[in-house]
Amino acid sequence: MSETQAKGRLADLLFFNLTRTVAFITLALLGGIVISLTWSALPSIEKFGFSFLTSSAWNPPADDFGALVPIYGTIITSIIALVIALPISFGIALFLTEMAPTWLRRPLGIAIELLAGIPSIVYGIWGLLVFAPIFGQYVQPFIAQTLGKLPLIGALFSGPSLGIGILAAGIILAIMIIPFIASVMRDVFELVPPMLKESCYGLGGTTWETVSKVVLPYTRVGVIGGVMLGLGRALGETMAVTFVIGNASLLGSFSLFMPGNSITSALANEFAEATPGLYTAALVELGLILFVITFIVLSLSKLLLLSMEKQNGGGAH
Amino acid sequence: MMPVEPVVQKLTSEISIRNLNFYYGKAIALKNINLEIYKGKVTAFIGPSGCGKSTLLRTINRMYDLYPGQHADGELIVAGKNILEKGVDTIELRAKVGMVFQKPTPFPMSIYENIAFGVRMHEKLTRNEMDDRIEWALTKAALWNEVKDKLNKPGTGLSGGQQQRLCIARGVAVKPQVLLLDEPTSALDPISTMRIEELIHELKREFTIAIVTHNMQQAARVSDYTAYMYLGELVEFGKTDELFIKPQDKRTEDYITGRMG
Repeated sequence: MSETQAKGRLADLLFFNLTRTVAFITLALLGGIVISLTWSALPSIEKFGFSFLTSSAWNPPADDFGALVPIYGTIITSIIALVIALPISFGIALFLTEMAPTWLRRPLGIAIELLAGIPSIVYGIWGLLVFAPIFGQYVQPFIAQTLGKLPLIGALFSGPSLGIGILAAGIILAIMIIPFIASVMRDVFELVPPMLKESCYGLGGTTWETVSKVVLPYTRVGVIGGVMLGLGRALGETMAVTFVIGNASLLGSFSLFMPGNSITSALANEFAEATPGLYTAALVELGLILFVITFIVLSLSKLLLLSMEKQNGGGAH
Repeated sequence: MMPVEPVVQKLTSEISIRNLNFYYGKAIALKNINLEIYKGKVTAFIGPSGCGKSTLLRTINRMYDLYPGQHADGELIVAGKNILEKGVDTIELRAKVGMVFQKPTPFPMSIYENIAFGVRMHEKLTRNEMDDRIEWALTKAALWNEVKDKLNKPGTGLSGGQQQRLCIARGVAVKPQVLLLDEPTSALDPISTMRIEELIHELKREFTIAIVTHNMQQAARVSDYTAYMYLGELVEFGKTDELFIKPQDKRTEDYITGRMG
């Protein structure tokens, strides 16, 4: 073996070990975070057990804690965000890839990416100072007059028009995740081979038929990935939500107009003033729960993909 | 039954192209093309890369509509109508003029759905009628025996040659009048190529076929009429035998004898 070959082999070995170490550090960090979260939350876990998940109490002086309100707030605001953001992002991506004139595609695409770069605290301030007053004065009364009159779902849209509240937080979250979902969708739509789309148009397909039956199935892995990215961001978003959700740890009614609390905003608001002991442990347990929720969402999306793969026998992946 | 006339074969025009110009933005890609595509015949388009033969094919089903900046003028008459005019229903046109591409492009769905999908866009069939149509189309494309037991398997799981025949079946299933084949065998191995060529012979009984090919032998084998194109112009058009044996134009002769292209 010549000297250069030996050197090359050594470099390869070094490189292999370096990349492996970096990869394992990620795993170790993840494990470390889970363990330390569980450890710090232990007093609360021991005291409340599973009733922590079902109790809506949040009374620091009495050392009585339950996570129901923030869990509810986190999940509901994220669902609202997704319900609003998904169709809008889909429309944006569709327009950008299939319909927009060429000269408009780049500026619009860049604008959407810029929107994704705005810090969340800016969204929060804007939400509190600009959006919430307008929302409370004009939009909420309108929603209460229309959707609020419907049977069943009417209860969701009743109550005082405060501006801030769960619905406002959901809408702000939607605005924040639209650029993420839209730009991922646009990127994967652009990956569809033109010839495949032409095949559908060539059979006499309309744009809608091409998109719904060819483009979407072909790109479903990427699309679901984009949606999960958005959902993950919505679940974990702190500042913007803290500004507009109202931060009330009570579960009075199911109305989305009412102020609520999310896991992240409870943490942001209370961590600084929490006394050591059960209070802090309860907050850490909230963090652990958020971690578990995110994990469940991720696993569900993987399962969804797997079952789709089985059903359709896969796209071109 | 109409009495069969074996001696005199009447040629009717399926597509008439008159004074056709095509532009990519400002660049002209087809110059003053005049040509007839005859009913029930195979017309081959040959010529070096970039001569405009694929462009011409994509004009016939207005595929260029999808791309801003591309436009055509002149006349391209299909079923008595100039399809280059504004307000032509491209969906209806493309149901009449099917297309198969350079590479197999099965949709991300089952073999059955790959074919049923196109049919459903234009016709409402019962489940039984649809089953029959799919068997008919797959038989036409010489694929039925190979896939009849796995119609619910994904179309992407077939071999390249099978995928291309699936794409032909998909085009045939809509019952078009014309099939446009854009270098349909360029991505296939020799055996699959042979099968597709045999298929073209079968298909021309029912469909008018226009085929773009890089392969002159293929044009000679499968077509009745051949058009030689060069730099966006139609240099020569005639019966395939005559064009290959006795080309009228020097440029055609150079190309088919391999001195150019």
